[in-house]
Amino acid sequence: MSYNIIVLAKQVPDTRNVGKDAMKADGTINRAALPAIFNPEDLNALEQALRIKDANPGTTVTILTMGLPRAAEVIREAMYRGADGGIVLTDRVLGGADTLATSYSLACAVKKIGNYDLIVGGRQAIDGDTAQVGPQIAEKLGIPQVTYAEEILDITPEKITVKRRLENGVETLRAPLPCVVTVNGSAADCRPRNAMRLQKYKYAASTSEKEKLSDDRKALLEKREYLNIPEWSAAFVEADPEQIGMPGSPTKVKAIENVVFTAKESRAIDNNDEQIEQLIQELIANHTIG
Amino acid sequence: MANFYTDNPDLKHHLNHPLMQKIVALKERDYTDAEKYDYAPLDFEDAMDSYDKVLEVVGEICGTTISDNAEDVDHQGPRVVDGRVEYADGTKQNLDLCRKAGLMGMSMPRRLGGLNFPITPYIMAADIVSRADTGFENLWGLQDCAETIYEFADEDQKQRFIPRVCQGETMSMDLTEPDAGSDLQSVMLKATEQPDGTWRLNGVKRFITNGDSDIHLVLARSEEGTRDGRGLSMFIYDKRDGGVTVRRIENKMGIKGSPTCELVYKNAKAELCGSRRLGLIKYVMALMNGARLGIAAQSVGVSERAYREALEYAKDRKQFGKAIIEFPAVFEMLAVMKAKLDASRALLYETSRFVDMYKIYEDIAKERSLTADERKEMKFYSKLADALTPMAKGMGSEYCNQNAYDCIQIHGGSGFMKDYACERVYRDARITSIYEGTTQLQVVAAIRHVSTGTYLSMIRDYESQTIAENLEPLRETLKAMTAKYETSVAKVLEVKDSTYTDFMARRMVEMAGNIIMGYLLLIDASRSDEFTRSAEVYVKLGEAEVAKHADFINNFTPAQVELYKA
Repeated sequence: MSYNIIVLAKQVPDTRNVGKDAMKADGTINRAALPAIFNPEDLNALEQALRIKDANPGTTVTILTMGLPRAAEVIREAMYRGADGGIVLTDRVLGGADTLATSYSLACAVKKIGNYDLIVGGRQAIDGDTAQVGPQIAEKLGIPQVTYAEEILDITPEKITVKRRLENGVETLRAPLPCVVTVNGSAADCRPRNAMRLQKYKYAASTSEKEKLSDDRKALLEKREYLNIPEWSAAFVEADPEQIGMPGSPTKVKAIENVVFTAKESRAIDNNDEQIEQLIQELIANHTIG
Repeated sequence: MANFYTDNPDLKHHLNHPLMQKIVALKERDYTDAEKYDYAPLDFEDAMDSYDKVLEVVGEICGTTISDNAEDVDHQGPRVVDGRVEYADGTKQNLDLCRKAGLMGMSMPRRLGGLNFPITPYIMAADIVSRADTGFENLWGLQDCAETIYEFADEDQKQRFIPRVCQGETMSMDLTEPDAGSDLQSVMLKATEQPDGTWRLNGVKRFITNGDSDIHLVLARSEEGTRDGRGLSMFIYDKRDGGVTVRRIENKMGIKGSPTCELVYKNAKAELCGSRRLGLIKYVMALMNGARLGIAAQSVGVSERAYREALEYAKDRKQFGKAIIEFPAVFEMLAVMKAKLDASRALLYETSRFVDMYKIYEDIAKERSLTADERKEMKFYSKLADALTPMAKGMGSEYCNQNAYDCIQIHGGSGFMKDYACERVYRDARITSIYEGTTQLQVVAAIRHVSTGTYLSMIRDYESQTIAENLEPLRETLKAMTAKYETSVAKVLEVKDSTYTDFMARRMVEMAGNIIMGYLLLIDASRSDEFTRSAEVYVKLGEAEVAKHADFINNFTPAQVELYKA
């Protein structure tokens, strides 16, 4: 049996290496100061999709990403690792979207793709850490969702079995298809880029990238259909202009401030159960642990 | 995230050598594969870009997982369970990653599932892998053996075995036996032909790296009653057929993640590779040349690691109120380490390019007859490769040992503890000057290029190359070193005493090596200023080394060999 899988991926600033100029004065992220990377948990999601593809020949894995035109980079990256292709949902009117508008826009794109059995994505993106987009897409499409997935254990044409990693343990759920699964960082790492695929797909280009290519490379894209990464606009996915971008985003950033961590004086306690117990209680009380 | 390719611009410098244009055009048969394979390059720039991108993947895997796993792999090591090897957990993970990244069978042609990379970028990958985990480089680097199948096996065997290697099955070369180490002529493993044309192998092999591999190349005695190398043939043993068990694995000083096995063959089914009787005299010689280049790459990787560990520590460690790198005794050591590293790497890639040149012509010769010019060029590069391979392996492995030693020295007492990577690097380095032929045996292979003048004519060629003006004084020094080399060689050879020549052989080979590596760094420095410092430091070092050897030879009479005899 084969499946059509959509992987939701986001190109994000690498917030794991934040410098002092990471934020602009207006409270938005200074994207220029941070390298753009494949959102880490989306890579975990991609791996889950690719495992289904490995086990079920004929399965297709399509990346759906919303962002600037350069987000085509994550699609190429995914192709190097095993994805079949992808779509960049990009449009000026989509800019400034919060999770509500984003999930609406992506849901429109998913409807446009139409034929899908499963949607997987990372639990959350490292630039916003909301973990809302995946679940909201499921809601908007009216299909079930399984969040915090660590492993897709089984898939049949009717249902999917998923292991979830929760705070206090593990839960195994079954859900009918199609559904949305969001994957945790504790899931298996994504496989590396493959040398052969890298050479095969390195010239893949989105519609706007293609315009800037030399005639030779353009001709190559004409000849090799799989190298073309489509760019979809808001109008193309028939999104309601009121529900996308700034107009569709009720969330507004009110203020943002830099937090400077300051270390306090170290404190020594005696090496006995009583003192340790006391320290633990103190740490629980001030919410450092527990 | 650490990337062992992108963090080291020296590699790209060597990859972008001018000779690559020709190597790649030949290897890609003027880029005709692009019509048949969607991952074949369209032109030279495309091919180079692919090498660069694939090496970036190698660098990423090595800089993260493989390097991170190295310590655990060293501690855990492989073990034997029911006659089979079980790798350390980290090793399994490393192999899995390399397979998924498609880094096996890199130099094999596309029609057999490979990437069709020239040897040079493949060797660069070996250099990078070795820096991450020297022992793992063995397991990964044994894909080299596919080269022997490709060169000498029949088409059916190539079709059956090489795609499996490209898919990630591992290989081993089963040569050594308890009584046949450096002297492989004494191999006794018995091969008996069956009525159906297959063979059965019986006997014991020892010190076999990755001895429980999927596909083995086995050297065995096919001609009953013979006692020398002419009775030996090469066989392919497929683990799927069974018949070989692992009796034990050695407890080694270093490269502990790489299982070194004692193998027992009990009526193991095997098939002949190539022609009978050519096992040692032709195939093993070819196999060894490839393997020696591999060890030269492994050595450079170790040198790189040792230098970096030492540099980082020397910048960090403060004594007497300042970082120890500020003390002359320490900064000299570091500059010399870097110079040896750069010199051996320059020699490594010069060698790999020469190997590429003649091997690609050999391969083309299977498709069509070469023109007279092409044949001439093939012979020319074949000779150069033959001359430089033992030098790159011999001196490169000695330099990596010296660098590993100095790396510990710079760490002081801490370096003697198990807390720092340098002690593992030191243990791992030690084997490089021993296996695939000891340094002493590399000298045996190299000495005829001293006596026939191959090295000298290479030196003359380097001497005449255009170099940056600021490097002219170094060229003068190298010319003076060459004069000393010539005088010393003449003095030794005129005696016509083979014991005396053998006694002095290493000195003469090293003198040639010092001069050749000096010129290579001069040429590198002319292409990129980054190498100027190493060129200066290395020529200083070489100058002193050459003078030392010249003095020794000059002050020595042939009769004095007696003093040293056992």
